[in-house]
Amino acid sequence: MTASNSSAQANTVDESEVAKFAAIAESWWDSEGPFRPLHQLNPTRLLYIRDRVAAQFGRDTTAPKPLNGLRILDIGCGGGLLCEPLSRLGAIVVGIDATDKNIHVAAQHAAQSGLAINYRNTTAEALFAAGKRFDVVLNMEVVEHVADVDAFLEASSGLVEDGGLMIAATLNRTLKSYALAIIGAEYLLRWLPRGTHDWKRFLRPSELAAGLRRGGLTVEEFTGVVFNPLSGKWSLDPRDLDVNYIGVAVKSA
Amino acid sequence: MSNREQADLEVDVLVAGGGMAGLTMGLALAKGGLRVAIIERQPPSTLRSATFDGRTSAIAYGSANVFDGIGVWSRLAAHAQPIQDIRVADGTLMDGPSSLFLHYDYRDVGEHPLGYILENRDIRDSLLDAAADYPELQVLAPAAVAQTVRETGGAVVLLTDGRRISTQLVIGADGRNSPLREAANIRVTRFDYPQTAIVCTVAHARPHNGVAVELFLPSGPFAMLPLTGERSNVVWTEKNDLARQMLVLDDELFFEELHKRFGDWLGEIRLEGPRFGFPLGLMHAERYTDRRLALIGDAAHVIHPIAGQGFNLGLRDVAALAESVVDAYRLGLDIGDGPVLARYERWRRFDNVFMAAATDGLNRLFSNDIGPLRVARDLGLAAVNRLPPVKRFFMRHAMGVVGDLPRLVKGEPI
Repeated sequence: MTASNSSAQANTVDESEVAKFAAIAESWWDSEGPFRPLHQLNPTRLLYIRDRVAAQFGRDTTAPKPLNGLRILDIGCGGGLLCEPLSRLGAIVVGIDATDKNIHVAAQHAAQSGLAINYRNTTAEALFAAGKRFDVVLNMEVVEHVADVDAFLEASSGLVEDGGLMIAATLNRTLKSYALAIIGAEYLLRWLPRGTHDWKRFLRPSELAAGLRRGGLTVEEFTGVVFNPLSGKWSLDPRDLDVNYIGVAVKSA
Repeated sequence: MSNREQADLEVDVLVAGGGMAGLTMGLALAKGGLRVAIIERQPPSTLRSATFDGRTSAIAYGSANVFDGIGVWSRLAAHAQPIQDIRVADGTLMDGPSSLFLHYDYRDVGEHPLGYILENRDIRDSLLDAAADYPELQVLAPAAVAQTVRETGGAVVLLTDGRRISTQLVIGADGRNSPLREAANIRVTRFDYPQTAIVCTVAHARPHNGVAVELFLPSGPFAMLPLTGERSNVVWTEKNDLARQMLVLDDELFFEELHKRFGDWLGEIRLEGPRFGFPLGLMHAERYTDRRLALIGDAAHVIHPIAGQGFNLGLRDVAALAESVVDAYRLGLDIGDGPVLARYERWRRFDNVFMAAATDGLNRLFSNDIGPLRVARDLGLAAVNRLPPVKRFFMRHAMGVVGDLPRLVKGEPI
């Protein structure tokens, strides 16, 4: 442990959030189960991740294994819904999750899929303290679940290698997100178990950007991720960051 | 895991059936960068033989795009007869064609021909030749699937010769009696038409100028389809009992019957090559997919040949499944997973059901000799002919360019 980052070493994991995910861990890979919205969202966010990473490292996305050899960390990997595809695209993937049960589910599924993925029940803070660095850090729908946002963003930003990038996604704190993500998705449509999200913890893009800047990253863009309930499809919309949004921050070489 | 380790061959996709749909499927996936094995019962020499299948296929404009997208059209173009004009007429043997013609001219919808007529033999040749250009595509023939084990993490296919192949997805292109479909307990809606298609090729003195004619005779449609040179392929739909007799007549008597129907509009004619008989039926699978399994072409649906759309539906299946699989593959997703297969089924079901119903309706409407119905359908044909928007819609549908189209059908790379 280094002395210079004392705030980031603190454990920012919220135990009640960990228990929440442990209760539904077994259904991560059931595309018709409680994580159905995440399965629907997955192709859209994978496309974004693949294209942004490929652009940063000069890779051809139509070539076989376009992310070959890149070290990717997925913070809050859950059942491995992002780790497995990125591993198939050639990346060397580490998935971490504060919920031990998620790690077991993820490791078992990766073994079934014949994929070598390093899953660990640890935190961004612990990896940062151990001096680990990655070409790509994925910070997907995690920041709204942690206890200390500033400390978490500092640690996760510190895990990005010089010349590498972080892709972050979360929910905006707006009236629309309250209406859609909490009332709509959790209470009316029951897409997500009630209590999955706490609206007060959602971050405005300016707040996320400020945290990443403090961690030494430069935010390149944020874009909205919007759901069309008629087609059942997610898509990117740079003009609508009111509910879900995703973005890229880079660390200069 | 152990399954994968014991495999003699590891591929991304295994295609059961090396007919026209299966070979096109394999080529489209190989073009997308996947490792593919095609399993075919017949040796390639049989598939290429002139007496294996005397049928032709009407290749809609969108279907030609699919062949172009997988690098096969350049091989096929010399064998493809463009259809410049389709004439549809009601008729009886006594009176000949009725004067109320429905006349489709390609210039009504743009600069492209309405489609092409190709001999199935040439399509198979070109597909087999093209397959040799893809190192990641293996055609195992003769070979047959003995058993498939489809599980959460992957599938293993055991061949009758003992070889084991591990794969992420199994595609059933194994024909109307698809053993894979039956093994997956997928039920079908099926009935037989009381009709048989008699297929033969005719050489004629005058050029056909790319005109295809469909004559609705009381026992079923009689189609004259232009082939390259001064030749036409005949698809003569006849009542079963009569067809059985026609197929065994000696050449002279058969020619006489044929001549009565074909007429003299292309000058003197003579029969070229053998005649073939194909029983007609309608079949539709209740679902096209199962765990790590997708059905395409005749394994999923068989329709009446009245509009020459059966193989075009199969090619649109190929294009939609290839796009669903290749998109997932390029994102690192599990290509045999439920959402990938669900996208394919959603994409294809409506078009396939629509065409099955439309061709069935056409056949029922025209394959009879009921007076008032004859008058009504003649007026209907004439009405369609006089309503350009309706006619353009039918023509564009026949060209395979209606609806939410896969990239390959639109002429874009996979």
